[in-house]
Amino acid sequence: MSGGAEGARALLRSGAPQGCRPHERFLLTPGRWAALAEALAADHDLALLALWGEPGMVHAAFLSEAEGAVLLASAPAPEGRYAALSPVRPGAARFERTLRDLWGLSAEGAADLRPWLDHGRWPVTAPLSARPAPNGLPPPQPEFLPVEGEGVHQIPVGPIHAGVIEPGHFRFHVQGETVARLEARLGYVHKGTIGLMLGKSPRSAARFAARLSGDSTVAHAWAFAMAAEAATGAAPPPRAVALRALMAELERIHNHLNDWGFVCNDAAFAWPHARCGALREAVLRACAAAFGHRLMMDCVVPGGVAVDIAPEGPEVILAALDAMEAEIPALERVYDGHASLQDRVVGTGAVGSALVARFAAGGFVGRAAGRGFDARRLPGYAPYDDLDPAVPVLPQGDVDARMRIRIAELKESARLVRLLLERLPEGEVKVSLPQRGGEGVGIVEGFRGECLHWLALEEGGLIRAAFPRDPSWLQWPLLEAAIGNNIVADFPLCNKSFNCSYSGVDL
Amino acid sequence: MLWPRLARALFSKPLTDPAPPVPEEVAQALAARLDAAAQRRLGRSLAIRQVDAGSCNGCELEINALSSVVYDLERFGLRFVASPRHADVLLVTGPLSRNMREALERAWACTPEPKWVVAAGDCAVDGGVFKGSYAVEGGVGAALPVDLVIPGCPPSPTQLLEGLLALLEAQAPPRAASAVQSVSKNA
Repeated sequence: MSGGAEGARALLRSGAPQGCRPHERFLLTPGRWAALAEALAADHDLALLALWGEPGMVHAAFLSEAEGAVLLASAPAPEGRYAALSPVRPGAARFERTLRDLWGLSAEGAADLRPWLDHGRWPVTAPLSARPAPNGLPPPQPEFLPVEGEGVHQIPVGPIHAGVIEPGHFRFHVQGETVARLEARLGYVHKGTIGLMLGKSPRSAARFAARLSGDSTVAHAWAFAMAAEAATGAAPPPRAVALRALMAELERIHNHLNDWGFVCNDAAFAWPHARCGALREAVLRACAAAFGHRLMMDCVVPGGVAVDIAPEGPEVILAALDAMEAEIPALERVYDGHASLQDRVVGTGAVGSALVARFAAGGFVGRAAGRGFDARRLPGYAPYDDLDPAVPVLPQGDVDARMRIRIAELKESARLVRLLLERLPEGEVKVSLPQRGGEGVGIVEGFRGECLHWLALEEGGLIRAAFPRDPSWLQWPLLEAAIGNNIVADFPLCNKSFNCSYSGVDL
Repeated sequence: MLWPRLARALFSKPLTDPAPPVPEEVAQALAARLDAAAQRRLGRSLAIRQVDAGSCNGCELEINALSSVVYDLERFGLRFVASPRHADVLLVTGPLSRNMREALERAWACTPEPKWVVAAGDCAVDGGVFKGSYAVEGGVGAALPVDLVIPGCPPSPTQLLEGLLALLEAQAPPRAASAVQSVSKNA
């Protein structure tokens, strides 16, 4: 096994270094890419983080959990073909379907060849390939994986759901009340974000990163800025770095509060929802007072932050945190003490730790099932090196465990916000990016998990290629596993406890 | 224990903000778009079906905040419903992705007359930053007749509330000139 692991890593590193910073990208031949795909079968250390394309080229990002290193690999795709990774890394399947839909590149030997983002409704096919072809065909009927058995019937849900949430289609195969299989069909909110980023300067493309998933606007804008700064060799001022972390922790707090309330509400327990909503609103108003925007959209820009914190900012933020921390113990007692609520969340929607590891799912989905990965610690980035963020991990993998991880993170984020405000360095908050070529990658721990942005700039400093990877890519497939053998009525609870982004993966 | 907290809440000050002022010109112009029969039928309450037609989910966060105790949408007779068949208002966000167009048109066809269409957020107005992409239609107006636009990226709950209250106000006389109405960004 360990020989295999060394084999895959050595094989990857045998490629020609392409100068991507801070994590190197190695260019392989198509033959060595295929050998890498084979070597990965015996190697359980290299986790696939992302797989994406460029015209005629396929790229992948891996995480070596043993080394704590991020490694990027690429290979040309002659005649639009490359060796599939999905047989050895199941998380690759949706990326491969996306590669076909956006760049027209086909994975040979892939586990799943059905379209993903392309519903047959765009005026072109393979819009990001060198030569997009006009699309004259009517939209095809979607195909779903079959389920056989006595009394199996289907429940189609969506794309428009009953609540105020994003659109997506869920196809349930059920036997009685029990879900035999759930399959999600996404892509409904595909906006062509990558296409809009190409040919723009990092500064003007930052607004697309900030709108990849509105609830993670800070984390994505930061990861994008980090990639742009790595590519051009710019260093954001220390005050900007601290303010970014401050915003990112506030974003984690408002989302965790929101979902804690919603999970209770989905179990028809309204009181925590009402309280969390009020506490969250105070946090959002503090963000607006401190940074001029409730969600802090467009506040993080390549080179630093767009605005310094308002003079009254620290005070209102601390007041919102005081109110939250004063109430969390009571909320926890109510969450713990009501059998009607515990009965719904404990043991519901469990995902095994082996499956979580196979998909390399990050964030609270991973941490609630024994995978303690947190980008703030590994690979780690400023200013967290000095803050030593605690990373809670639980083994159960059910709705309750995901909720408890988030409650623990709420408290930890409050601690980090106080520390950041205390130690806020003086000075500038922005530098201008040099206009030059380069390639960079940025990884930032958002509330859902690690947001990864890769960026390649032409000589003049404009974007040649980009890929923003939301953590939901590796979490959505696990939702399908979590609901298996649960009852249909528990789906909203499971779904909310994952709270995957639709917009983030629909691109 | 929950009961003592609930009991205390009965005697404490409400957390709910006072209602924002209703933009009078907007309400009057909207009223002019309704005939007397529609006005009677809609009455003083509105059922809202929200449709995300490609948003980044920022608008959904702020629309959800309307249901919190701080904004308490239901005190005005406004409520979110699960089906367009129960709705008087389609509250649409997003630049209208091509992949959502048919679903949105079907939702509109399912919504009984009389009905309002509200485009919420800069994307829904004209595509916003996503304008010109191969994957978007460029605003809700590309597929549906829009009665009211609420700009903002995302619009704050207060801005959303002002727009929705203008619809309610429009359902009571008097009336004036017609046009697609916009709630001011700074209102």
